[in-house]
Amino acid sequence: MQTRLQEMKESALGQISQVTEAAQLQDLRVKYLGKKGELTELLRGMGSLSPEERPVVGQLVNEVREALEAAFSGKQQAIEEAALNAKLSSQTVDVTLPGRPVPAGTMHPLSRIIEEIEDIFVGLGFEVAEGPEVELDHFNFEMLNLPKGHPARDMQDTFYVTDEILMRTHTSPVQARTMLKKEGKTPVKIICPGKVYRRDDDDATHSHQFTQIEGLVVDKGIGMSDLKGILLTFARQMFGADQQIRLRPSFFPFTEPSAEVDLQCFNCGGHGCRVCKQTGWIEILGSGMVHPRVLEMAGYNPEEVSGFAFGMGVERIAMLKYGVEDIRHFYTNDVRFLRQFNRG
Amino acid sequence: MKVSYQWLSEYVDLSGMTPHELAEKLTRSGIEVDAVESRNAGVSGVVIGYVKERSKHPDADRLNVCVVDAGQGEDLQIVCGAPNVDKGQKVLVALIGAKLPGGLNIKRSKLRGVESQGMICSAKELGLNDKLLAKDQQEGIMVLPEDAEIGMDAISYLGLDDYVLELGLTPNRSDCLSMLGVAYEVAAILGKEVVLPQIELTENGGDNPLQVSIAAENECYQYHGRHFTNAKIATSPQWMKNRLMAAGVRPINNVVDVTNYVLLEYGQPLHAFDATQVQDRTIVVRLAEEGEKLVTLDDQERELDAQTLLITDPAKGLAIAGVMGGANSEITNETSEIILEAAWFTPQTVRRTARTLGMRTEGCVRWEKGVDQARVQEAGERAAALIQQLSGATVSKGIRSAVVSEAKPAVVSVTLAKINQHLGTSLSAADVSPIFERLQFPFAVAEDNWTVTVPTRRGDITLPEDLVEEVARLYGYDNIPTSLPTGTTTQGQLTNEQKLRRTIRHHLIGTGLNEAISYALVHPDRVEAVAGLHQHKVNPVSLLMPMSEEHSTLRTSLVPSLLETVAYNKNRQNHDVAIFELGRVFLSAEEELTQLPEERLYVAGALTGQLLSQNWMGAKQPVDFYQVKGIVDSLLARLGIRTAEYKAAADIAGMHPGRTAEVWVNDKRLGYLGQVHPGTEKAYDLSETYVFQFDVAELIEAAADAGHYSQLPKFPAVTRDLALVVDRSVPAGALEATIREAAGDLLESLTLFDVYTGERIAQDKKSMAFALVFRNAERTLQDEEIQQVTTAVVEALKNKTGAELRM
Repeated sequence: MQTRLQEMKESALGQISQVTEAAQLQDLRVKYLGKKGELTELLRGMGSLSPEERPVVGQLVNEVREALEAAFSGKQQAIEEAALNAKLSSQTVDVTLPGRPVPAGTMHPLSRIIEEIEDIFVGLGFEVAEGPEVELDHFNFEMLNLPKGHPARDMQDTFYVTDEILMRTHTSPVQARTMLKKEGKTPVKIICPGKVYRRDDDDATHSHQFTQIEGLVVDKGIGMSDLKGILLTFARQMFGADQQIRLRPSFFPFTEPSAEVDLQCFNCGGHGCRVCKQTGWIEILGSGMVHPRVLEMAGYNPEEVSGFAFGMGVERIAMLKYGVEDIRHFYTNDVRFLRQFNRG
Repeated sequence: MKVSYQWLSEYVDLSGMTPHELAEKLTRSGIEVDAVESRNAGVSGVVIGYVKERSKHPDADRLNVCVVDAGQGEDLQIVCGAPNVDKGQKVLVALIGAKLPGGLNIKRSKLRGVESQGMICSAKELGLNDKLLAKDQQEGIMVLPEDAEIGMDAISYLGLDDYVLELGLTPNRSDCLSMLGVAYEVAAILGKEVVLPQIELTENGGDNPLQVSIAAENECYQYHGRHFTNAKIATSPQWMKNRLMAAGVRPINNVVDVTNYVLLEYGQPLHAFDATQVQDRTIVVRLAEEGEKLVTLDDQERELDAQTLLITDPAKGLAIAGVMGGANSEITNETSEIILEAAWFTPQTVRRTARTLGMRTEGCVRWEKGVDQARVQEAGERAAALIQQLSGATVSKGIRSAVVSEAKPAVVSVTLAKINQHLGTSLSAADVSPIFERLQFPFAVAEDNWTVTVPTRRGDITLPEDLVEEVARLYGYDNIPTSLPTGTTTQGQLTNEQKLRRTIRHHLIGTGLNEAISYALVHPDRVEAVAGLHQHKVNPVSLLMPMSEEHSTLRTSLVPSLLETVAYNKNRQNHDVAIFELGRVFLSAEEELTQLPEERLYVAGALTGQLLSQNWMGAKQPVDFYQVKGIVDSLLARLGIRTAEYKAAADIAGMHPGRTAEVWVNDKRLGYLGQVHPGTEKAYDLSETYVFQFDVAELIEAAADAGHYSQLPKFPAVTRDLALVVDRSVPAGALEATIREAAGDLLESLTLFDVYTGERIAQDKKSMAFALVFRNAERTLQDEEIQQVTTAVVEALKNKTGAELRM
């Protein structure tokens, strides 16, 4: 009986190793381990054995059963794996074919710059204030210390709609409007982005419509050193952590003292190049301490509070940052231009 | 203002400072130097020579062979083609080895067989500006006066070893429109003294016969007249010409040149008259009669109004004050008796007249910005002395003056505390006083309070803050510390409206649109080409003086601008365009604008061609109504607007009557979308184009945030599909509304998933298939319940819309 068991085991293992398909393997399993299988048949013959032989043969039967079961499940796994591999290889795709298109638009470069600057100043505690693009002469000029006949009105040649109504030439009237609305309360900390209009012939560097961002801080004890600090913080967030700024005396009717602000040329890092005309510096904004008459007209006492204001051209920053050579691109909206601003 | 470095160094010691270093210092203290230019455009090896002999070239009619003494030891033989070369002239000779502008090198050469040892030069060949040359020097070689020194280097003779600093002056610093003004500024920066010109005048004639009176006391504050006889009008000496040309002024004759020279030196415009043309030698400053005429120096007859200030004699006008002289009393080569005017007119008067007449001379520029009242007479005397020196004139005794008022210097006080507070500095009195000293501002100081008497040349300083700026710029902006505002902390944030505006922008970008920004000023014909959203008639707002009709009128709708953009792209072969804009429109009902127009923010889009790029997986899918509606749907959903209703709109100007819908929430119209009217498409030269336009404030008002969440369902849903056949004219919306009404609360969602017209159903019918999802939040639905509801729905559809179940 022991001999038969050994023979059966060997013959079964031999057959299992030959099998390549799952169905054949199942047939073999029935043949050997099924209810009417060969091993079961052999077990039935156990009754005829002596009590001494029974445990020995019983153990041998178990060993054979375990060996066969291990062989069956090993083979089963191998067959499944082969089937899966075959399936996977039939599913291979060409990963270099283009993906299914999903719509993805782009933000206008001027909007990008505005949102970026808004976010920086909101982080510094500023609010975003807005005002009309069609403005009263009163707010655009007179409230900013530019009475009628002032020679500096020439600096911003104006589109008039009537004698008293005009297209705003800068975002500064929003300063005046905001301060009036605050009725003398401090602090005032705002930035004002918006479109402005001047009588300029459109060419590569001039546009009759362009965009400004104005900033204003009014509080007790504000000094020019604070203006420098805020602008340096802004410059570093916008243009890089090791940026430097430089202030130069200038003139604006609504600030005193006034300053032009230069940024270290980000193209050459200040060594001098074509972009900065070999100076190492690029002029990016105008600024100054709010003129006492401007404070006074807006209901603040210049003996008690002081403030600073600054203003910059968004197109100029976008042109410098992205290397745009012609300001008209921002307004002609060639989609080949717009589609380039895909990041951010 | 163009400032000659050499000329400037006559008033301030500039030793040890290059023109470029000076320019940097000026720029950093508030006078921006736009450019520093060498007057030498590349000349070397040119000297003054004397033409000893001139003969015709043996083989060329147009050439001359000259023998020239150029101080080189031996005479030179030079072939010259200029017709004006002649024996006895002093000329400019480019020697062998000389360099001329434009890379020209002079070599020994033969011209038609005759050797030439150099070249006789014209002014142009030396790089002198054509426009600044006297007429007789514009053609042929440059002939120098007899006293020119043979062998002298032409560079120093012509002042080409000089540099010109071009100042870009801000309107407050008109004091630097004069050499002396710049000298004061430079002296303050460098801590040096100003050396004023020496005025040496000899009154060697009879009594000054002039009579001067001012009849327009609000327009003219001072008038001083000098009188000269025996003047000899000639060209000015070279030094004078060099300085004028460096400043960009063309030399004319010695008298006119002197008035221009002193204009540059003192910033004081002056005028010289031929005295024989002034009746009774009497000058009256008065306003013109309305319609009075005067022929000015440029031979134009000017008609004047009653606000024009005029210099007259008892019979006639002689000059428009501060603007231009009259032709009748012009200095000519025959003039020998001269009246020199030094006066002060108000800036407003000159500015107004210059504008009205459209004339803007160097003098006008200075008048408009304000001339120093304290130096009028001094400048006049300086000019008188120079006229005497250059023309040999006899000067009559005395100045005849009329003076209405004299300038008083402003007195301004500032405290140390104010300076330090304003600048964020910690300066001491010992830092501040020297700054006022350098500026040559007289002051008294007591207890850290300066009382400063501001010289009239600095009319820009009237307030303590102005003095603070003077301190700051001379102390150096770089030396001001850097700090951040202390005081009340503020919370910066965007308003809800500003946030939602960004949401709209970012969402539309996410749907595949490119953001555009277009001009708010448009062509009047295009303002209403596609309607805006205003319900009442508006009057487009137009500029008083537009630069072009193209940009003359404020838009009332964004769509026309977007259509122009689409057309612009189409012309550049960009056939797939999907853009949107967030921008303001300007609405006014007034015929004549008396108040500001209403500004409303709109968002609009335009799509043509394909939204998604052509790809290998599917056929072309051109943009259609439903694509745009999908974008609008998604935007509304993003804003939480759930109750929007689309209504067919057949009469929106510029839109396709059958393919346009308005979007309503309750009783408010938020906007519209649809195809542009084919007629409008044609007018703009567009292919099929779809647009949408919404009022952002209305969108934001209808927008709702997710208030709270609803619990997720515990019981299963049951789906029933209904395929319906209905007349083609019945809109899907009617079927949906009927289903919702009949199904009641159990209906959780309703989706139209198929629309079919074609062979398999009658020609006037369409099939629409809906998926109805039912759910009861409290329990599992029974089949019978659903059957009941479905039957009710089918019944209602049949009764209300004539729809039948498709078998």
